[in-house]
Amino acid sequence: MDTEPLTQLDPAYATVMRIEGAIIVAPFLIAAVVLGLAGAFPAPWTWAPLAVPVLIALVFVLLVPIKRYLARGYHMSSDRLRVVRGVMFHADTVVPFSRVQHLDVEQGPLERAFGIARLILHTAGTHNSSVTLPGLRHGDAVAMREEIRAHVKRESL
Amino acid sequence: MSEPAADIPADEGAAPDVEMDEWLRVNPLTMMVHMARMLASAIIPAIAVLYGAASSEPDSEGLAAITPWFVPLLGAILGFNLLAAWFSWYRLRYRVGDTDVRLEQGVISRSARSVPYERIQDVSLEQKLVPRLLGLVEVKFETGAGGKEELKLSYVSEAEGEKLRETVRALVDGEAAAPAEGPTAPDGTPSGDLAAEPAGQTLFAMDTKRLFLFGLFNFSLVVFAVLLGALQQLEFLLPFDVWDYIADIVRDDRIAEAEELVNGYSTIAQILAILYAIGAVVVVGMASGVVRTFVRDWEFRLERTAKGFRRRRGLLTKTDVVMPVHRVQALVVSTGWLRRRFGWHGLSFISLAQDAGGANHDVAPFAQMEEIAPIAHEAGFSLPDERADWRRASADYYFDRAVLQALIPATAGLVLLVLGYAIVAVLLFALAGLLVFGEYYMWRFVRHALDPQQVLSRRGWLAPRDIIASRVKLHSVEISQHPLARWRGYCTLRFGLAGGRLAFAGLSLEDAREMRHAALDSIAAVDFAKLPR
Repeated sequence: MDTEPLTQLDPAYATVMRIEGAIIVAPFLIAAVVLGLAGAFPAPWTWAPLAVPVLIALVFVLLVPIKRYLARGYHMSSDRLRVVRGVMFHADTVVPFSRVQHLDVEQGPLERAFGIARLILHTAGTHNSSVTLPGLRHGDAVAMREEIRAHVKRESL
Repeated sequence: MSEPAADIPADEGAAPDVEMDEWLRVNPLTMMVHMARMLASAIIPAIAVLYGAASSEPDSEGLAAITPWFVPLLGAILGFNLLAAWFSWYRLRYRVGDTDVRLEQGVISRSARSVPYERIQDVSLEQKLVPRLLGLVEVKFETGAGGKEELKLSYVSEAEGEKLRETVRALVDGEAAAPAEGPTAPDGTPSGDLAAEPAGQTLFAMDTKRLFLFGLFNFSLVVFAVLLGALQQLEFLLPFDVWDYIADIVRDDRIAEAEELVNGYSTIAQILAILYAIGAVVVVGMASGVVRTFVRDWEFRLERTAKGFRRRRGLLTKTDVVMPVHRVQALVVSTGWLRRRFGWHGLSFISLAQDAGGANHDVAPFAQMEEIAPIAHEAGFSLPDERADWRRASADYYFDRAVLQALIPATAGLVLLVLGYAIVAVLLFALAGLLVFGEYYMWRFVRHALDPQQVLSRRGWLAPRDIIASRVKLHSVEISQHPLARWRGYCTLRFGLAGGRLAFAGLSLEDAREMRHAALDSIAAVDFAKLPR
């Protein structure tokens, strides 16, 4: 069961993570530019403070989102959902539909702008009481929710 | 306390049912309990303040000056508390309805809480000392919401509490909204002591002898901590300053004098003195263990009734808990390093409801395995034996742990050895060796197994602790790896268990996948909502 192909998330998810990274890095970049304009460092080193935030920006905007995006994936079979995530700290979670207590579809403002959503499965277990699957097209997330819900309903009748 | 409270309405004996869809108030004696509690918290500080005010005066007139005010002050406190207690009683009401239990309370800001029957995990009764003297019980409707947000009804009379419990439990179990079958008191004699539930088959009980033995194993030095704490809190009541006194002893070389005194003794006398000190600590520790055990587990009884497991215990605070069989999520069998030599083990249930702060319900805290097995069987579990397919975690995992743990002391030892601190270095090496040895034993004694119905976990070397979880009662499965684990090819397997944790560290990837596969097939085959309720 570990050989089944994982479904990739929506590419827009990588873009959203890039923008989030950019938002985090932006204040540092601005600070470095201000330092440069103010001439806080002598002539040949005027723009030296930019090096650090630019490096961080490269990592957080270019490298990390794509690695994260590639590491994530899911597989939905007839009775269970498997969520795989983590670049360094890898986690592979399986939730049987029959154990789902309730479901959420959530969207932040950025996610809404790109038309993606997070699907959240809640279980009664102490560990993994909620399993989040981000980066689905909003329509897909709703469809998955409906399918899982129908399954839950059918099983419990 | 065996006589029912005087304030029970006279018609209650005639009508065995709880009034449905009626707003009711709790027993008026509740006011007395609140009074007692408020007085206890108000009077002691009041005395302390008075005493402090009196003794801070240089002349003895201080006390005399305050005495005339004492009675009016006390009267005011009493009156105010009585008024507050009456208001909170007057403004609290509850209703047992068709679909939910409701509780409205609050003098100025009102809160209304409704708990639907489907969400009620259990109804339990609890009697603390004062309510017990007044014949009252606290009824708790547990929802599995983590213990905090449950609905508590404090206090109703014992008979009323028992009826409430029966009615609500019947409603929870879906016997329609018709508790007219007369759930309780068919013989009309609620003995008043949390009885009246149809007697079940006793599965486990502890007599005084067993309790005493249990207490001896519950060796506890907490009494010393309590004494120290009390000393710190109540210091102001003492006629001298303790810390100054201790400082004096040290400063005035009284310690040195004592040392000389001890040095003056012969060697045998010194050894005797040390033995005496150790003996005294052991005796005090055992005595406090016995007292604590007696207070908590007095008249411990576990019964199997039609509704589930029923446990009663307690000397000062009596509790009466019923756990429906299907709500038992997993079993925990634990022991201690010493009591294990005599075959004593403890059994507790993991369930959604909470038990006196702990997540697990003690059902047989001190029993032989022959006594535990039938209880486990009754709960639908079977105890693992040596035939189970016990497996160890990956040796690589424990090797890595041993290396990581021993690295710092070993390196430090090496450096110190080079620098010439041989003794410290040897000690550090010994520490590193101990850590490695510990990991080796962890590898040998931490095991897991999978049988057709259950997932088993055994941890601990001197005092093994077994967790036995039913496969169909797991909620999710996760395999996780940190970078080192990915490189070395092991992983952590975690199961989502309601009310508890079940994780296996350092399993080989194939083993974890096999366990996950097997568990998932069992889980997916049975719907949670279809589990026997």
